[in-house]
Amino acid sequence: MRDATAIVGIGNTEYAKALDRPEKVLALEAILAALDDAGIDPADVDGLASYTMEGTEEIEIARNLGCRAVTWFGQVGYGGGAGCGVVGNAAMAVASGQCDVAVAWRSRKRGAAASRPWAGVRDRVGGNQQWSRPWGLLRPVDEIAMLTRRYLHEYGGSREHLCNVAMAARGHANRNPAATMHAKPMTRDDYFAARWISEPLCLFDNCLETDGAGAVVIVRADRARDCRTRPAYVHSWAQSIPLDHQTMTNFFTDDPLRGPAWDCAAKLWAGADVGPDDVDVAQLYDAFSPLVLLSLEGYGFCGRGEAPGFTEDGGIALGGRLPVNTSGGGMSEAYVHGFNLIIEAVRQVRGTSTAQVPDAEVSLVTSGEGVPTSALLLVRR
Amino acid sequence: MTDAAEAGPFDGMLKPAIDDDSRPFWEACDRGELRIQRCAACGVRRMPPRPLCPHCRSFETAWDVMSGRATVWSVLVAHPPLLPAYGDQAPYNVVVVALDDDPSIRLVGNVVAAGDAPLDSIDPHTVEIGDAVTVAFRRLADDVALPVWVPA
Ligand SMILES: [Zn+2]
Repeated sequence: MRDATAIVGIGNTEYAKALDRPEKVLALEAILAALDDAGIDPADVDGLASYTMEGTEEIEIARNLGCRAVTWFGQVGYGGGAGCGVVGNAAMAVASGQCDVAVAWRSRKRGAAASRPWAGVRDRVGGNQQWSRPWGLLRPVDEIAMLTRRYLHEYGGSREHLCNVAMAARGHANRNPAATMHAKPMTRDDYFAARWISEPLCLFDNCLETDGAGAVVIVRADRARDCRTRPAYVHSWAQSIPLDHQTMTNFFTDDPLRGPAWDCAAKLWAGADVGPDDVDVAQLYDAFSPLVLLSLEGYGFCGRGEAPGFTEDGGIALGGRLPVNTSGGGMSEAYVHGFNLIIEAVRQVRGTSTAQVPDAEVSLVTSGEGVPTSALLLVRR
Repeated sequence: MTDAAEAGPFDGMLKPAIDDDSRPFWEACDRGELRIQRCAACGVRRMPPRPLCPHCRSFETAWDVMSGRATVWSVLVAHPPLLPAYGDQAPYNVVVVALDDDPSIRLVGNVVAAGDAPLDSIDPHTVEIGDAVTVAFRRLADDVALPVWVPA
């Protein structure tokens, strides 16, 4: 299905700590914006793709948009690992003819206190969580802090390199008026003065808490050429659950620092005419800064243990070896389960990013590392 | 009968919802034993427990008593915001240990001064990867004794 489909519409709400409209309304706003961007009538939408964690059901979207007949719909699980898989599955449905106009979206009011990780947590924790939560390993940040400490022990690297990730994202956000942190520059001193959350991770190693929604529209390549925007062709996409993987608390495999990104990357590159060296710009899922280091290695931009060095000397900032998270990403633009990263990957192919990589032709976006994941390779034609 | 942990230092801490897969592990802990699931057909141990051996696809399982000696594989220091019962003991360490008897088996835990000592009973910044530790058990409820680790 190489280049058989394309993203022809992108849309998002504003991003903020707290928005007054419900998630359903935010979802509809983002989807309408994406359809308007593409120049496609909402009635023509016949495919709907979302996350299992999405709070607005397909039927709500369909009956609000006035979709004549939805003939394909599907969801992908595992939270932040889902995003590229949601778009990829929609592209597959379009390519195979199950639908002609697919919309993928994510809407989230994470800033609300009721959606915090332990809202509604009970005295007893079951399933996989019984092997971690009772000992006070409570939050996603703790799960990643555990892997990070081991990474730094095995490979060297230091908080300076985590700071490089946070600083690159913030610098890009400072160029992006839509980014939550647009007007808030950050210095290295700011980073090192921040309070601990879960050592070795501090506040600025964490993503934002954001209310907002994003959506994309996917059609076949022949139809894409008639849309009003420059198509971002879906060149390759992949998902992965590696051997013996346990989501988030992936401490029990032979090699916990080799996460789902590695198998996802192998599948992604096997389906592509290009490789890591051809990628012009990457949006690497950044719920936490160390995930960017793991993803740089997993997707083959450097060898294992080499990601800290890769971030040095502006390596992942605009103008560097590989500009990463050019909208500000989850850490400085918005945290919408990675959907804003997908939208930014499209902007780069169109040439409309606020941190535009000149003549970007090959644009990678990845979903969460450390959970069953996915990735999407978009190209300009 | 009241919950053994009620009004104690561990009140409000999370307890496992024991299920079919995990019951032999927690029942062993309740007796003061650290037992790990092993495939009765091919002999490979696995953690977390599950019904089917991913190596030989046998459903037959056995549960080995382990020595309780382990080595710290990784460690974090947790700071608030945390659930109140944990926030009260922060900052505290959480570790992943590898069992000395079978380093392929790792467990999440805490390094503490003794089985009945709180999470902050040891300066969390003194816990290092490679530290030798020995299992102890913290009584959290009538049916739950949580394996924790004391410096060897
Ligand atoms: Zn077996």
